Amino acid sequence: MSTPAHTDLPMPQDLPMPQSGTAFVPTNDEAQTAKEYTSDQEVRWCPGCGDYAVLKAVQSFLPTLGLRRENIVFVSGIGCSSRFPYYLDTYGMHSIHGRAPAIATGIATAREDLSVFVVTGDGDALSIGGNHLIHALRRNVNMTILLFNNRIYGLTKGQYSPTSETGKVTKSTPMGSVDHPFNPVSLALGAEATFVARTIDSDRKHLTAVLEAAAAHRGTSLVEIYQNCPIFNDGAFDAIKGPDKADAVIPLIHGEPITYGALLEDGRGSKAVVRDNGGVRIAPTLDVDPGDVLVHDAQDPDPSTAFAISRLTDAGYLNQTPIGIFRQVERATYDDQARAQLATARGGVSDADPQARLAALIGGGDTWTVI
Amino acid sequence: MTKQIKQLDRVIIRFAGDSGDGMQLTGDRFTSQSAAFGNDLATFPNFPAEIRAPQGTLPGVSSFQVHFADHDILTPGDRPDVLVAMNPAALRANVGDLPRGAQIIVDTHDFTKRNLAKAGYTVSPLEDDSLAEFAVHRVDLTGMTVEAVQEFGLSRKDASRAKNMFALGLLSWMYGRPTETTEAFLSKRFAKVPAIRDANITAFRTGWNFGETTEAFAVQYEIKPAPMAPGTYRNITGNLALAYGLVAGGVTSGLPLFLGTYPITPASDILHELSKHKAFGVTTFQAEDEISGIGAAIGASFVGNLGITSTSGPGIALKSESIGLAVMTELPLVVVNVQRGGPSTGLPTKTEQSDLLQALFGRNGEAPVPVIAPSSPGDCFDAALEAVRIAVTYRTPVMLLSDGYLANGSEPWRIPEVADLPAIDPAFATTPNHEVEGGEPDFWPYLRDAETLARPWAVPGTPGLEHRIGGLEKGDGHGNISYDPANHEFMVSTRAAKIAAIADSLPPLEVDDPTAADGDGAKVLVIGWGSTYGPIGAGVRRVRRVGGKVAQVHLRHINPLPKELGEILSRYDKILVPEMNSGQLRMLLRAEFLVDAIGYNQVNGMPIKAADLAEAIGDLVASTERSHP
Repeated sequence: MSTPAHTDLPMPQDLPMPQSGTAFVPTNDEAQTAKEYTSDQEVRWCPGCGDYAVLKAVQSFLPTLGLRRENIVFVSGIGCSSRFPYYLDTYGMHSIHGRAPAIATGIATAREDLSVFVVTGDGDALSIGGNHLIHALRRNVNMTILLFNNRIYGLTKGQYSPTSETGKVTKSTPMGSVDHPFNPVSLALGAEATFVARTIDSDRKHLTAVLEAAAAHRGTSLVEIYQNCPIFNDGAFDAIKGPDKADAVIPLIHGEPITYGALLEDGRGSKAVVRDNGGVRIAPTLDVDPGDVLVHDAQDPDPSTAFAISRLTDAGYLNQTPIGIFRQVERATYDDQARAQLATARGGVSDADPQARLAALIGGGDTWTVI
Repeated sequence: MTKQIKQLDRVIIRFAGDSGDGMQLTGDRFTSQSAAFGNDLATFPNFPAEIRAPQGTLPGVSSFQVHFADHDILTPGDRPDVLVAMNPAALRANVGDLPRGAQIIVDTHDFTKRNLAKAGYTVSPLEDDSLAEFAVHRVDLTGMTVEAVQEFGLSRKDASRAKNMFALGLLSWMYGRPTETTEAFLSKRFAKVPAIRDANITAFRTGWNFGETTEAFAVQYEIKPAPMAPGTYRNITGNLALAYGLVAGGVTSGLPLFLGTYPITPASDILHELSKHKAFGVTTFQAEDEISGIGAAIGASFVGNLGITSTSGPGIALKSESIGLAVMTELPLVVVNVQRGGPSTGLPTKTEQSDLLQALFGRNGEAPVPVIAPSSPGDCFDAALEAVRIAVTYRTPVMLLSDGYLANGSEPWRIPEVADLPAIDPAFATTPNHEVEGGEPDFWPYLRDAETLARPWAVPGTPGLEHRIGGLEKGDGHGNISYDPANHEFMVSTRAAKIAAIADSLPPLEVDDPTAADGDGAKVLVIGWGSTYGPIGAGVRRVRRVGGKVAQVHLRHINPLPKELGEILSRYDKILVPEMNSGQLRMLLRAEFLVDAIGYNQVNGMPIKAADLAEAIGDLVASTERSHP
């Protein structure tokens, strides 16, 4: 079993958005504690599961939002991580496999005064629920999606998942998987998601900073959380947590040149991300003109560069991956616009009495009277 | 010339043409004129699933049948007295339905060699004696239309498109229909294109004048208005009435409506209609698929809206798991199934009642869902309101089974007084309902109302009532996950008991058995559900007219069944169950009541014909009277 280790990643910056994701959610001025957000239910994940760390981080993070607890809703699908809502003393729904983004879309559209979170896994979000995920992302419904990616099916006891590497030997693939995996960040960027980030279960500080930025973002925030499954896929993320992590993690910070690896004397990493033929590649930092090192722009309206960066993630065993906020741009949300249409329609109505308006509606058209 | 005027008590007209000929509009206008005149009426649009099948071919034929009368009628009629055929394919596709002596009006312009071949005629039916038993009027509708609208400078193609209005004008003259509503309609519809507007109005008037002046049509018919109960009426289709019923349910419950749906024939018009009513607080969400549609509706219900999803059978198949979630989480939800021919994609534009068992049992586990069905287009309003009442009061998904025949068919509808509509109380939970040890208040989401067995509906934003629900089995009362065997058994039976308890809130089931009061009741009971109400009622009347004794019962609620139904069934020697399926209600009645119910089943995508059914009822009545004197 691997031990969680802090990666001490540089913190991503929370870029100010014109309107916060929680702009219309009632606030609570009193100090809140993690305990208040902890339900009375016994947590039943396997010992050593990465989900514990994420749960702790979320229970500590929620009070800092300063929102009224009764205005927070967690929705999940099916899978180990989807038990999450039971352990939080907020409103919550543990729904059915893959459908949490659809249910959350109804919740977020019906009520602007709720802060809506979706908890899902790689199987839940990317296999059975793939359609709902991409459509929530393109619509930009105001919600935060926590995608726990352990690259395996845990609750069904160890089959390969849509993020498992090709060739993976599991219970259902004794000769190795022949499926090509999804990269969740690439997928989200392809769906033109407005907020896309990746973080790690064991790095509480980075995880919390990303959560803060995601919750503050108005629109759909997709946060991929690399999460270790100690039972069925132990060590899947060891390379980015181990002693050589500096060579494995490519930190993304808005406005900063992207370098990583052993530090040079000038404080830059020894490896740099540079543009290359429409995409990006890794080069020794000292071999490139400092002006050619790619400066990360999470606010670029065009997702192409962010997509190119996302391709630096290994599709096989994870030896290298960018971590941080890939994209954070402003776009009108589905739910805000849907509510605005209702408000516009209501604004044109002079008679507020719904009974009279109903009578006018059903009594409209060509009518005749029998005496 | 002086025309003869002939009195009729009822007429059935069928307008038939190519999908692009505007037959639905023509039928709709004729219907509207007849409604304004005060006739009772019923309509039956029949069209292909293809938007524009190849022009002039049999698969491209679209038709609209309207039955209007000086008395109360129940169906759009079996066999048309008049067929308007705009081309050879329309004639060929419909002539088989005509009774001997029927009138046929054909547009001779389209009876070209090419069009005749497309319809499969080697010899023109206008030139041989194949139509000898009908009264055929050969009229160059297209030619006369083009000539009449010449002054508006339209292309020949555009000019000829007004031929449907010429036909409408002619038929309007034949049956003395008022013309004002159609002229007003055309003025409004084509307000932005004056040439088209004027051409259509001119074609309409020319058609009328042609009827009045030509010697080809010697007789004008008169069908007096039908006596109707006092009130204000409008003509309404089932889908429109259903959408209005849902809006009304939103008003009477005070709940915002949230429709999560995916377009599907023949249910899409409900989405189209509800999307117009944002001012009533109606949100419509066109989802990426059927599952997302119901998922979003469930989410909206969880946070205090009334979630609705509308679809047809294939969509229900996709939504089944989600309906199970709504059963488990006990949230209000209205699931509208406008049934069509199945299985699989089946017959998208045709009608069927073959999703009843799917509605009752089509889910994993024991997942009881109330099932209700409207009996006529106008009744869709009341059925939708009833669905809202049950969903909100009992915190349950409700299946509302309409069908293609009700959805697109229309009838005069007496507009209800809004003040008379019963209020529906959402009764949101606002305070804790339980104390934990030590006396601290707590909220238990599965602590039920003693009478209805409904669980409390506490919506996010309510402090102190935070709770989690989900698809895993819930512990009685506290609602936490429970794998306890005894608890599961208790919860299964409690969910069933809650749905069964809805029967306590239903009005007594009415039996139509006119001679029963004299102690000389019928021995045969005809029982149905949903849209077969019209054909069954018409069939029963025919049998009674010739002296047969027969009783009729029609079910609005199929789950739970009315409490007195078993006793009612036991009073009759024979039970006949007409359905547009292979015997689904019959199977249920046999299983529930151990009665030897007999089926009258038709699964051809078309409504049951009253005459055929009357014959079957008559035979059963005669044989029963003989064997049980």
